[in-house]
Amino acid sequence: MPTNAHIAAHSLSDVAASDSTLRRFLHGLPGVDAVGLEARAAALGTRSIKTTAKAYAIDLAISMVDLTTLEGADTPGKVRALGAKAVRPDPTDRTTPSTAAVCVYPDMVAVAKEAVAGSGVKVASVATAFPAGRAALSVKLADVRDAVAAGADEVDMVIDRGAFLAGNYMKVYEEIAAVRDVCGTDARLKVIFETGELSTYDNIRRASWLGMLAGADFIKTSTGKVAVNATPANTLLMLEAVRDFRAQTGIQIGVKPAGGIRTSKDAIKFLVLVNETVGEGWLDPYWFRFGASSLLNDLLMQRQKLATGRYSGPDYVTVD
Amino acid sequence: MSDRLSVLKTYKLYVGGKFPRSESGRVYEVTDHKGKWLANAPQSSRKDARDAVVAARKAFGAWSGATAYNRGQVLYRVAEMLEGRKSQFVHEVADAEGVSKSKAAVVVEATIDRWVWYAGWTDKIAQVIGGANPVAGPYFNLSSPEPTGVVAVLAPQESSFLGLVSVLAPVIATGNTAVVVASEKSPLPALSLGEVLATSDVPGGTVNILSGRTAEIATPLAAHQDVNAIDLAGADEALAKELEIAAADNLKRVLRPQPVDDWTATPGLDRMTAFLETKTVWHPTGSLGASGSSY
Amino acid sequence: MSNEKRSSAFEYAPAPESRSIVDIAPSYGLFIDGEFTEAADGKVFKTVSPSTEEVLSEVAQAGAEDVDRAVKAARRAFEKWSALPGSERAKYLFRIARIIQERSRELAVLETLDNGKPIKEARDADLPLVAAHFFYYAGWADKLDHAGFGPDPRPLGVAGQVIPWNFPLLMLAWKIAPALATGNTVVLKPAETTPLSALFFADICRQAGLPKGVVNILPGYGDTGAALVAHPDVDKVAFTGSTAVGKEIARTVAGTRKKVTLELGGKGANIVFDDAPIDQAVEGIVNGIFFNQGQVCCAGSRLLVQESVHDELLESLKRRLSTLRLGDPLDKNTDIGAINSEEQLARITSLVERGEAEGAERWSAACELPSSGYWFAPTLFTNVTQAHTVARDEIFGPVLSVLTFRTPDEAVAKANNTPYGLSAGIWTEKGSRILAVANRLRAGVVWSNTFNKFDPTSPFGGYKESGFGREGGRHGLEAYLDV
Repeated sequence: MPTNAHIAAHSLSDVAASDSTLRRFLHGLPGVDAVGLEARAAALGTRSIKTTAKAYAIDLAISMVDLTTLEGADTPGKVRALGAKAVRPDPTDRTTPSTAAVCVYPDMVAVAKEAVAGSGVKVASVATAFPAGRAALSVKLADVRDAVAAGADEVDMVIDRGAFLAGNYMKVYEEIAAVRDVCGTDARLKVIFETGELSTYDNIRRASWLGMLAGADFIKTSTGKVAVNATPANTLLMLEAVRDFRAQTGIQIGVKPAGGIRTSKDAIKFLVLVNETVGEGWLDPYWFRFGASSLLNDLLMQRQKLATGRYSGPDYVTVD
Repeated sequence: MSDRLSVLKTYKLYVGGKFPRSESGRVYEVTDHKGKWLANAPQSSRKDARDAVVAARKAFGAWSGATAYNRGQVLYRVAEMLEGRKSQFVHEVADAEGVSKSKAAVVVEATIDRWVWYAGWTDKIAQVIGGANPVAGPYFNLSSPEPTGVVAVLAPQESSFLGLVSVLAPVIATGNTAVVVASEKSPLPALSLGEVLATSDVPGGTVNILSGRTAEIATPLAAHQDVNAIDLAGADEALAKELEIAAADNLKRVLRPQPVDDWTATPGLDRMTAFLETKTVWHPTGSLGASGSSY
Repeated sequence: MSNEKRSSAFEYAPAPESRSIVDIAPSYGLFIDGEFTEAADGKVFKTVSPSTEEVLSEVAQAGAEDVDRAVKAARRAFEKWSALPGSERAKYLFRIARIIQERSRELAVLETLDNGKPIKEARDADLPLVAAHFFYYAGWADKLDHAGFGPDPRPLGVAGQVIPWNFPLLMLAWKIAPALATGNTVVLKPAETTPLSALFFADICRQAGLPKGVVNILPGYGDTGAALVAHPDVDKVAFTGSTAVGKEIARTVAGTRKKVTLELGGKGANIVFDDAPIDQAVEGIVNGIFFNQGQVCCAGSRLLVQESVHDELLESLKRRLSTLRLGDPLDKNTDIGAINSEEQLARITSLVERGEAEGAERWSAACELPSSGYWFAPTLFTNVTQAHTVARDEIFGPVLSVLTFRTPDEAVAKANNTPYGLSAGIWTEKGSRILAVANRLRAGVVWSNTFNKFDPTSPFGGYKESGFGREGGRHGLEAYLDV
């Protein structure tokens, strides 16, 4: 796996040289017209995906799910059940693909790791004082270190939105870079912006570039813990960012919308966004993920419907 | 009456802020209603018409780009100058239209008042005929009137001064520039108006005044590709039709001649709106941003 | 990573809208005085689906005698219709608007079949705008005293209306809704390649109980339109179409009492500054010239891009054009439909050949064109200057000419350097620049940071050779009132 931070630092080496160069770069990015962005996302949402295309999209979506539990009430039993579900989402149909990963808190990584052992399903762990991110850097890094030590394949960190909104871009950058260092080559790093808190699309584009420059392997919309999480528009914007970043640096970055995607119809709309914005290079669980929990069961019901021609019901998918 | 020999005035065209003779060197005899010689007026050619259009086009940017308030100030200044030269115009109107001095005075006063009326419209017309449109979407949408450009104005043949001002003032109040063809038979008040405009802060070229044979001057104006509109007030039925056909070549806005019984009646907006375009500008509005935290 | 990568294209399966929702009769008559009737001379013509060349129906072709019959019917109907209280006229229009909404899927499919436009445009743009237009003007019918034209403005009489084939039903709505709201009666000639939706509209008038003769529909060719425009008992002429025909109409009505509005051609400039919101600008450019296959009078057919961002923008634009889906107009995922007629396709083709011959550099999106029907791939020309034919003539097809500029002044000068003046676009994040440039553009509609937006409340119409008069909004009433 390439270490993105080093390559990025090489090709855009002067950008993060100082607080002011970083600020100038981020504020020099093209603006975003909100109405136009949302209109484009909505227009792609009217694509009609039928029959074979739908079957393809549903399986692809299942394989892209980061099956998530991030509750105060999480227990080893709950996490084991989640792991089993991720490995074999539909016990009645073995052709159903596994999800991409399970996503848990750091203290549950070891349990999750065991639950998915040998399946190819990854374990992702949120870290850095998720979801608020309001802790000292040393605490955040310790959080990440724990997760990685417990075997996390992927780390989902949150950025310091306070610092971002206060204009301390360098602080955000350095924090991401520090987490990147801790992840090393063992874990892929997903950087969560909490787009609902950044509020504006201009901020989301700046955060996307900031994250990519600092060494993110993935950029991720949200924690799922605030009012506005993944939307077609903010995901489209982040897809444009990874597309432009690859054009400029040659480095491909993944995208993960998270929170609020509950139906197959929604998931397919996101896949259409991917298909028509960045193309098939990203139509792969390695490059695109859904952070979701209830979505999986809806995908499974739709999959059953396609297979049998009958509408399925919640009693025919597992509750975990 | 003094036996002093009076100094006669040489009437000239008013083009681009200057007072040229016709490039053709021609003049024609202007008489009063009884046939008494009043003056020789320049008999403009098609080249004079062309020069006047060039001058009007050149002036259009600055005049249409001036603030509406500024145009109002300039036009009001014209009224002030007219007031000062009232007796001259009374004299010319009486001669031209065969009316008594006192009746001519009423006409001249109505003319000056008409000018004041239009001067006040410059910064109001946009509010009356433009405005925001409540479109069904996240867009700000505003329609505003804009001057159409260079307008050829065939002044009414009979009402040599009030009629003239009634057709000219709305054209320039709205930011257009004008090429005026004066009343063929009674061009002297129009030519004198040029002298007033020249001393009233009206930028040169904003109004250009030609005298001569209406049909001869109007024909090249109606066909001119750099004229945006034509007011046919001074054309008879046959000429009006011919000119309207010629005007179709570049789709000029055409104001057909309409019978006017009484030029003193308060005009409506028609003569202004006839030479205004509506421009509608859209811009997205959209939301300020997504909502924030809800931990 | 390569061993983890699965590669498979996301191919959309066909998603055709059902054709069975619309029942097209094998033949249609003229609609005069509330009845379908044959042409006096018995002439008929065929209307075909431009995407397949299939004959959809055979339609009566109105001649001069039929025009006279229709105008007489409209004149007879005028007396009662104009004397109705505005509130009653309003209710008829509200009924029409509602019926259009009820039948919108049927009408969208019909429009797509007859015109060749993608169903998603007929469904999401044409039909909602058609219904909205009738709703908007319905509400004016009993409020004309307050429209700013003085008390009790009067209708003109019989309106002769000639509409084009690019938005058949929408152009009908733009013509008929304000005419009826103000108390006029109408004789409308739809375009010869797209007569069907107007004939379906006649049926909607029947369902709405509209009095006989208030709306008359006369399918036919240019000579039918010419006879209508020239008819001595027509009081008002409204035309949307080419500038050449518009000029001919202006000559025809010279010296008459007929009031005229003309919506003609355009060569809209879409100006992209270096500080534009670039991704939205790309969408706006695409929408500006490829909406309805570019067969739009207000299309942004000239892209004026600031030289400093030319290469970057072109790369983005080409990438985006490569994702456009051309094909079956009834497929809900089709972005680019068929060209409306063989004749129009020939015109586009010849202008594009001329562009190449004059040295402009042609680029077309790689896409397979269906074997039957009339098709043209999305195309752009670079290295274009103001002197090139493709930068001056209206192509009325999916062809974009790309020019560059260095300064805002130069952008405005180039944008205005055309006999047309219908539309323009401005893309920049700088507010003062938008307003300054918008002020100086000689165009009736200026879209800033957006393009091709329409609304019944928003006046539409051109400067210069793009025509005169405005349709839409309060302004649109004036064309049909004696003011």
